[in-house]
Amino acid sequence: MMPQTNVGKWLDIGPTTQIEPGTARTLPVEGADEIAVFHTMRGEFYALVNKCPHKQGPLSQGIIHGDSVSCPLHNWRISLKSGEALGDDKGCTPTIPLKVDGGRIFLLREAVIPLPIPSKPAQAA
Amino acid sequence: MNAQTKIKAPAKRKLVVIGNGMAGCRAVEEILERDADAFDITIFGAEPRVNYNRIMLSPVLAGEKSFDEIVLNSAAWYEENGISLVSGDPIDHIDRKAKTVVSRSGRVEPYDKLLIATGSDPFIIPIPGNDLAGVVTFRDLDDVDTMLAAAERGGDAVVIGGGLLGLEAAHGLSLRGMKVTVVHLMPTLMERQLDEAAGYLLRQELESRGQTILTSANTKIIHGVEGKVVGIELEDGTKVKADIVVMAAGIKPSTGLAKAADLECERGVVVDDHMVTSDPDILAVGECVQHRGLCYGLVAPLWDMCRSLADHLTDAPSGYEGSVTSTKLKVSGIDLFSAGDFSGGDECEDIVMRDASRGVYKRVVVKDDKIIGAVLYGDTADGNWYFDLLKKEEDISDIREGLIFGQAFASGGSLADPNSAVAALSDDAEICGCNGVSKGKVVSCIDAGAHSVDAVRSTCKASASCGSCTNLVESLLAITLGDDAVESGPKTMCKCTSFTHDDVRRLILEKELKLIPQVMQELHWTTPDGCSSCRPALNYYLLCAWPGEYEDDEKSRFVNERLHANIQKDGTYSVVPRMWGGLTSPKELRAIADVVEKYDAPMVKVTGGQRLDIFGIKKEDLPSVWADLNAAGMVSGHAYGKALRTVKTCVGSEWCRFGTQDSTGLGVKIEKMTWGSYMPHKFKIAVSGCPRNCAEATIKDFGVVCVDSGYELHVGGNGGIHVRATDLLCKVETEEEAMEYCAAFIQLYREDAHYLERTAPWLERKGLDWIKAQMFDDPERIGRLAARFRYSQSFWQVDPWAGRAAGAHKNLHSHLAEVRPLSMENA
Ligand code: SRM
Ligand SMILES: Cc1cc2nc3c(=O)[nH]c(=O)nc-3n(C[C@H](O)[C@H](O)[C@H](O)COP(=O)(O)OP(=O)(O)OC[C@H]3O[C@@H](n4cnc5c(N)ncnc54)[C@H](O)[C@@H]3O)c2cc1C
Ligand code: SF4
Ligand code: FES
Repeated sequence: MMPQTNVGKWLDIGPTTQIEPGTARTLPVEGADEIAVFHTMRGEFYALVNKCPHKQGPLSQGIIHGDSVSCPLHNWRISLKSGEALGDDKGCTPTIPLKVDGGRIFLLREAVIPLPIPSKPAQAA
Repeated sequence: MNAQTKIKAPAKRKLVVIGNGMAGCRAVEEILERDADAFDITIFGAEPRVNYNRIMLSPVLAGEKSFDEIVLNSAAWYEENGISLVSGDPIDHIDRKAKTVVSRSGRVEPYDKLLIATGSDPFIIPIPGNDLAGVVTFRDLDDVDTMLAAAERGGDAVVIGGGLLGLEAAHGLSLRGMKVTVVHLMPTLMERQLDEAAGYLLRQELESRGQTILTSANTKIIHGVEGKVVGIELEDGTKVKADIVVMAAGIKPSTGLAKAADLECERGVVVDDHMVTSDPDILAVGECVQHRGLCYGLVAPLWDMCRSLADHLTDAPSGYEGSVTSTKLKVSGIDLFSAGDFSGGDECEDIVMRDASRGVYKRVVVKDDKIIGAVLYGDTADGNWYFDLLKKEEDISDIREGLIFGQAFASGGSLADPNSAVAALSDDAEICGCNGVSKGKVVSCIDAGAHSVDAVRSTCKASASCGSCTNLVESLLAITLGDDAVESGPKTMCKCTSFTHDDVRRLILEKELKLIPQVMQELHWTTPDGCSSCRPALNYYLLCAWPGEYEDDEKSRFVNERLHANIQKDGTYSVVPRMWGGLTSPKELRAIADVVEKYDAPMVKVTGGQRLDIFGIKKEDLPSVWADLNAAGMVSGHAYGKALRTVKTCVGSEWCRFGTQDSTGLGVKIEKMTWGSYMPHKFKIAVSGCPRNCAEATIKDFGVVCVDSGYELHVGGNGGIHVRATDLLCKVETEEEAMEYCAAFIQLYREDAHYLERTAPWLERKGLDWIKAQMFDDPERIGRLAARFRYSQSFWQVDPWAGRAAGAHKNLHSHLAEVRPLSMENA
């Protein structure tokens, strides 16, 4: 009866207040890569796989400035918007679509869990 | 109702509007303008009055306007247009089958087309006490009347929410004589509209007006006595007295009626580009709707929505495509404007201008030669111009150079080039306001050989104080010498500023700057929130300049200093507890052994700094590892910090056949005096018991070599990338002197060196003679330096591990949540 078409498309990972501006927190995913969720000083939220394209440094632990994070291991600068390494460095970290709605953070479910094993026939979207 | 008598043609369809507010009435106006005879119109309003300009409730609260002045549609308007207004009687139910609405009083009204314009409801935060008498919202005239009645009795007001609405409520209540505290969940006021820099300026202004602003403050409980509010309590235990509490924590689209009628709703009532809901005969407009995924909380989008709604209903569909919004704060004397997306990013360029003397901050965000966002504080004259360029997506490449100076400047043709603007200034035009330097004087200075900004600063003082005229001085250099002849001065701190490390350190003291955003504003940072090189440096400079006052900014620290452990290549951490002077005991060794086993640490190793390093600890386990080590009396070894690391010792006179003094004992005393101190870079000390120097004291930042007659003090050694042996500073006779000189030398280094400059390069830059002169020319200098060091230590000798073990900053150590594929089942 509910007319919503996208039930379950977004994964609710809790209120925005859990992440202070200028910091990031982590979301381990069983069987897949850990995700880092960033809150910039300007109030935007981003989610990336928590791995630097250089040598897998945990980006969640870097210093966040503007819309980028400096990797804690060798200081590569990674764009939070695109996951691309900035400056002269080359490489890209996968990004996870994220939205903030009603003070809560949602991640695109299929990007968090890449290969769902549907237990029921998939609902028509 | 007299309107009914006008019904004549059956062709006239029946339009019912729910909500006699800004959007509902505007929609009706738009329809009437297109076709005054198309509909027979009835408007239901929950409020017992005609439609008024809701945004002007703020000036009404502040006493700047009366209700009559803000009425938009008077009773006469309804009458003249044949509209029946049913006010004070909300609609309770929509019957889509029967195509009727039912009001609270039982009135049933049929419709052909129904328009839902119910606006928003204030968000009431779900905490105990939110229903006490004296807890009010800020949405309609009744709320304003309640607040005014409370203000008449004076006393304390708490406003929960430091957004647009909250700050306007706070301003009004403050003007009405109440003592106001604003409690805001986020660290920055109006964080949706302002960046940190502008938020800081706003906060400063409001505080100077007597308001108390509490940020990062989460309200836990509203306390009451006999059903009436008496105060609030925050999560951290802070209590604030209150005779009235205004909830201004946000709004939520009012979707109750639509939901109950099974219309498609998400956050708002879902509408298409013609404002039609999932039922083709029901439309919705205003704050209650969600269009293309967005809900709006400002009036400008409503006007556009109403236009396309009226176009659709009068069979000339146009389609609404969403709005870009801009915000102004209606608090008299505060000029603030923000628009568009100012979150920045890689492909974007920030153009920032700061004028500290006028309290101005302007930031324009440009992407692909178009303005995509703007934040202005202190001077908003050009807000509309930027907003216009933004909405029209104008190409600004031609006016790029002068853009930040505003419309008058940028559109002044040739003046768009800042150099020609400066060239056009007369010789007696003032360039540097702080030091009263004219253009003529700067130019003659340049002619006399000052060929860099720094040379100009040191000769005629232009731009040497607040620095806001640095751009002008640069232009004058370029005009006078030609672009290529300008010498670049000493390196600036980073690309965010034109000041050097020395300038910044000096100005922090001179201007008494005590917060990172304040430094950035006063010293005209060209980026909104700095970068990963200037933020840690500023954090250090401030904590060194203002011990006991400055609150450490953890997010400006490198991960090791934030987590008080060393990050490893696999993302785990290593833990090094302090072993004073390299001494240990069975109890400490046992505690370390237990930790290694309990947390499955894959490796434990003796470091080059005479202590033990435990490897492979996960960030989640750090607090409990520390708790276990604390229990055995061990504290952080700061192996991760730009701080005192280790004091290496040798066995000394107690055991060694060559030992001349108790080097072990002195080393322990020195470590107890110096541990916990943050420095420009890491700092290592060693004490050797004789010139055989087994503790390698002559490659340390500060080294003591004991001799028969006393203690040789060595400085500026480094065993790292470029090995440098120490220079002899002096010789002293007693342990006390050795410690006093050590404290003084450290403080000199702390107060003078650049961030990330170790003592070896610092000493080479300044020269040993300079260091000696600083320490010995004035016999009282050593005592003063040492006293300042001890004062700072009185705040910093707190084991950072203990706090974490007790639960501080839990967020840094715990995951947000965990995802297991099992959760798929719930989908
Ligand atoms: C653990 C230890 C090696 C060991 O297993 O013995 C060590 C480990 C590291 N050293 Fe060291 N240094 C260690 C003693 C030394 C020493 C010997 C000493 O202190 O007597 C030196 C030469 C002396 C000196 O500093 O002058 C030393 C000179 C360096 C340098 C070069 C510094 C320089 O000024 O050139 C670096 C790089 C830096 O700091 O930028 C460095 C950096 C590092 C870092 C922090 C590398 C990094 O950035 O991640 C290593 C951290 C490992 C970890 O996570 O624990 N380490 N390092 C030693 C810890 C001592 C302690 O108990 O705190
Ligand atoms: C104090 C204040 C200051 C503001 N300042 C600004 C500003 O500076 N700039 C800006 O752009 N915006 C500002 N706003 C926001 C602006 O007022 C709103 O965006 C605008 O009023 C929304 O119009 P609306 O018609 O959707 O909702 P409203 O104007 O709220 O109208 C909805 C009406 O529907 C009525 N209603 C609700 N349910 C029912 C029902 N079941 N039956 C009958 N009637 C019902 C309500 O009582 C209300 O009168 C401010 C708001 C407030 C409260
Ligand atoms: S010498 Fe120091 S920095 Fe280099 S690998 Fe060894 S511990 Fe790491
Ligand atoms: S792993 Fe991130 S910079 Fe090397």
